[in-house]
Amino acid sequence: MKQRKINAALLVMAFCGMVMAASVIETPSVLAASAYKIGGIFDSTGPASFLGDPEKKTMEMMVEQINAAGGIDGQKVEAVIYDSEGDPAKAVSAVNKLLHKDNVIAIIGPSTTPTTLAIVNFIEKARVPLISCAAGVEITSPIKPWVFKTAQSDLLAVAAIYKTMQAKGIKKIGIITVANAFGESGKNQLVGQAKDFGIEVVIKESFGPNDTDTTAQLTKIKSALPDAIVCWGTNPGPAVVAKNVKQLKIDVPLYQSHGVASPKFIELAGDASEGIILPTGKILVTKLLAETDPQKKILEKYEADYKTKFNSNVSGFGGYAYDAMLMLDNAVKGSGGDKEKIRAALESTKKYVGVTGEFNFSATDHNGLSPDAFVMVEIKGGTWKLLDK
Amino acid sequence: MAEQKRIFIEHSIFMLVVILCGIFIENTYYLQIMTFIGINTLLALGLNMLMGYAGQVSLGHAAFYGIGAYTTAILSTTFGISPWIALLCAVGGAVFIAFVVGLPTLKLSGYYLGMGTLGFGMIVNIVFREWSSVTGGSSGFVGIPMLEAGSILFESGSSYFFLVWAVVFIAIIICRRILSSRMGRALRSIHDGENASMAVGVNTHFLKLQIFMFSAALGAIAGFLYAHFVMFISPESFGFMVSVKMVTMVVIGGMASVWGAILGASLLTLLPEVLHSFQEYEMIIFGLILMVVMIFMPQGLTRGLLDIYEHSRKKTGKIEQLNLNFKD
Amino acid sequence: MQEIIQYLFSGVTTGSIYAVIAVGLSMLYSSTELINFSHGEFVMLGAMGIVTLWVHLSLPLPLAFILTVAGVSVIGMLFERFAIRTAKKHQPITLVIITVGASILFRGLAMILWGKDPFSVPSFSKHESIEIAGAALVPQSLFIVVAAFILAGAIHLFFKQTLTGKAMVACAVNKKAAWLSGIPSERIGVLAFIISTGTGAAAGIFIAPITMSSYDMGTMLGLKGFCAAMIGGLGSLWGAFAGGILLGVLESLGAGLISSGLKDAIAFILLLLILYICPAGLFSAKVAKRF
Repeated sequence: MKQRKINAALLVMAFCGMVMAASVIETPSVLAASAYKIGGIFDSTGPASFLGDPEKKTMEMMVEQINAAGGIDGQKVEAVIYDSEGDPAKAVSAVNKLLHKDNVIAIIGPSTTPTTLAIVNFIEKARVPLISCAAGVEITSPIKPWVFKTAQSDLLAVAAIYKTMQAKGIKKIGIITVANAFGESGKNQLVGQAKDFGIEVVIKESFGPNDTDTTAQLTKIKSALPDAIVCWGTNPGPAVVAKNVKQLKIDVPLYQSHGVASPKFIELAGDASEGIILPTGKILVTKLLAETDPQKKILEKYEADYKTKFNSNVSGFGGYAYDAMLMLDNAVKGSGGDKEKIRAALESTKKYVGVTGEFNFSATDHNGLSPDAFVMVEIKGGTWKLLDK
Repeated sequence: MAEQKRIFIEHSIFMLVVILCGIFIENTYYLQIMTFIGINTLLALGLNMLMGYAGQVSLGHAAFYGIGAYTTAILSTTFGISPWIALLCAVGGAVFIAFVVGLPTLKLSGYYLGMGTLGFGMIVNIVFREWSSVTGGSSGFVGIPMLEAGSILFESGSSYFFLVWAVVFIAIIICRRILSSRMGRALRSIHDGENASMAVGVNTHFLKLQIFMFSAALGAIAGFLYAHFVMFISPESFGFMVSVKMVTMVVIGGMASVWGAILGASLLTLLPEVLHSFQEYEMIIFGLILMVVMIFMPQGLTRGLLDIYEHSRKKTGKIEQLNLNFKD
Repeated sequence: MQEIIQYLFSGVTTGSIYAVIAVGLSMLYSSTELINFSHGEFVMLGAMGIVTLWVHLSLPLPLAFILTVAGVSVIGMLFERFAIRTAKKHQPITLVIITVGASILFRGLAMILWGKDPFSVPSFSKHESIEIAGAALVPQSLFIVVAAFILAGAIHLFFKQTLTGKAMVACAVNKKAAWLSGIPSERIGVLAFIISTGTGAAAGIFIAPITMSSYDMGTMLGLKGFCAAMIGGLGSLWGAFAGGILLGVLESLGAGLISSGLKDAIAFILLLLILYICPAGLFSAKVAKRF
């Protein structure tokens, strides 16, 4: 008996040892010596995987494309990507690994506001350019010299929603936001900007990211008699909200955030998605854009490339990594890998037309997007329809 | 006497290893990982005192970790108080809350105690999240200052590494002291049988409360170190899963063993780093390792490794004996 | 008034789900003295099973239901055989950590198998929501509440009326005595695991249409089920049931009447108060054991 137990224990040891060994002998990189190393930190698993997963895939695809085209200045590019699982502590250890073990020249990511804010101090100290894919306004205001971001701030999304509401004569709104960083940032923007558009927020409710039911909150909102409801969250919560709104027969328009701007949302909410209005990057409505739209070409290319490589539909969130990678590609050109030069080149990026919008970085603006990065769409007959401006 | 000598040797080896690591490892990444191990060791040490010696399980210990981190963050950033004074407040606050919560909660036992502490942990986490005007809400708390002592600035790197491990060392010595005192013996008696120890005159409830407060204090110190190391905190870092991770560290390292806490904390900090290369399969492998270690080393790694060592020694001994027999 | 009724409706619906999960946990505890922290993952497997079999493969609903429950029960049985029984003689806390490891393992497997995106399952019936006193009631809620009662009732009858059920109760009261009187306690343990994981899967199937199913949905549900079982008192079937409903109603009333951000906190504060007054749950069947 004892013997068996000991043998088993030895087996465990051997197993653990093997795992350790496997990880130590990381697949040696063919390109190691003379390659530009670019780091990536994405939440490719965990609650924010809907952001991190397409971002990671996009970055891998871009690196492949850049290398196929001969690399940057003849140098190959190597991507070192880690998963932060939406956990700030994991993001910190990933960033230190990238900075001190892999010695990257620039970093793309992380995907969420808390994970980005957690690593900003380390980035500033190490003086390595970072292009975040997170939405929070706090990331680039106040300006931090080494930190840029490509995702549209929720500031712009709220402005786009409020403009539409103004045109429709909506005065009183009820908001329901998810209880995490995304929802909280949305709530602050919704409440903060309401006055500028002559809108009053009559009731504020929230729901947990994994709540199975939101009827209690919606009942309360219903009794406050708003002209419209704004829900701010990411899948699956907002789909539950949409379903509950329909079940409770609440007869006011429902607005959603760009956090659900993907075909998945229509699939999840089903009939309940009918008539929902939301802001989105242009990628969702590429086909509907006018031929003259400057973004149309790059959007079509990204969509086609992504589809052939991963055989799945493109998501707007991957576009953040797409733009980050392309702008970085431009910035690294001619820099010889010098981080200070890359930073300066990034900051002087002008009129770069990307998937997310047109970027104009400057010393006072490290996001560089204008409000027309968003278009408003309505869900009609299970698909997107552009709303007139 | 021999016991004392052994402890002295153990401590010297521990110090030597820490100092050598701090001097010879220059890569900030490795130093940073070891700093995290140190912080987790503090957490595991505190919980180990409660679980391993007093036999009380807490599924909400991340709350104290969070209380420590948030107290120092708010006091030193919002109010501009020196972090060292904030540390005192953090520990004091955590101990006080542990007292108030422990008073009714520690009357529960077994899974009910688990449920009670779990509820407490959830409530504290919700407070971190919802009280956003003070705590920064789910977006987190930014701008926590670095630690300074005189002319030394504790930047991440070897200085912070030494700071954390010095604290761990002091914590180990204090734990040892407590364990070899009357209190330690009384604690073990609770673990073996609460009624029996009550019968011989141990005030079990008060004792449990004391040890609960002590482990809360260690948790708060760990939170303080974490906050000033990362300089950013958010509620997720102190949620229910973190509490579970702490319990796992204690059990997998080996309960009722100071070195078990270090072993458990190291394993659970290193494993995710090491498993990174498996990407999507990381969770599966992590879960499997947890299960397999627990199935085959139910007493934790410390005991399990010792068993293997002793066994292999006995085996070689036996073979030698057999050889001798043959020669005869 | 109308709002209060609405809160109660939604509270009872979510509460029934918690109740079914809690009943599964509680009955497993009463025959094996083990709290299965991966129980929520079996609920998730149930929901994902119905996604695959009913929504994707479009099997008829009853067949998909039976196949899912059977499949998840088999996984539960394998889990018992390979993980729990091998480690049977260990301390309870060791077993708890094994189940924590299992929950991570199941979540990881589900992530690989079904991907990271959530899935939606249509309601079992196509009826519109019914209006009662101005409050809307979704047909699926009725399904859930009825199913919860049927499940709990069936387990109750099983314990009271069948020989196997009585043997299980005997094991719960005193394993050694039961063994001495010829009850194969090991087989009873396996059976308890099968029933417990099966009810978990059923809970997952019924909850799928009202919420979205994804690989990480189980943790929170398992946790709530655990709390419900504790409030009711471990080992008490109807206690666990009542605990689940109570938790659901408290959450819903807290969200509606006080603050939706604090709803979990309100529910937990009340639960803690209950525990302080009755340290072994509301309907405790037997003295609580230490870890």
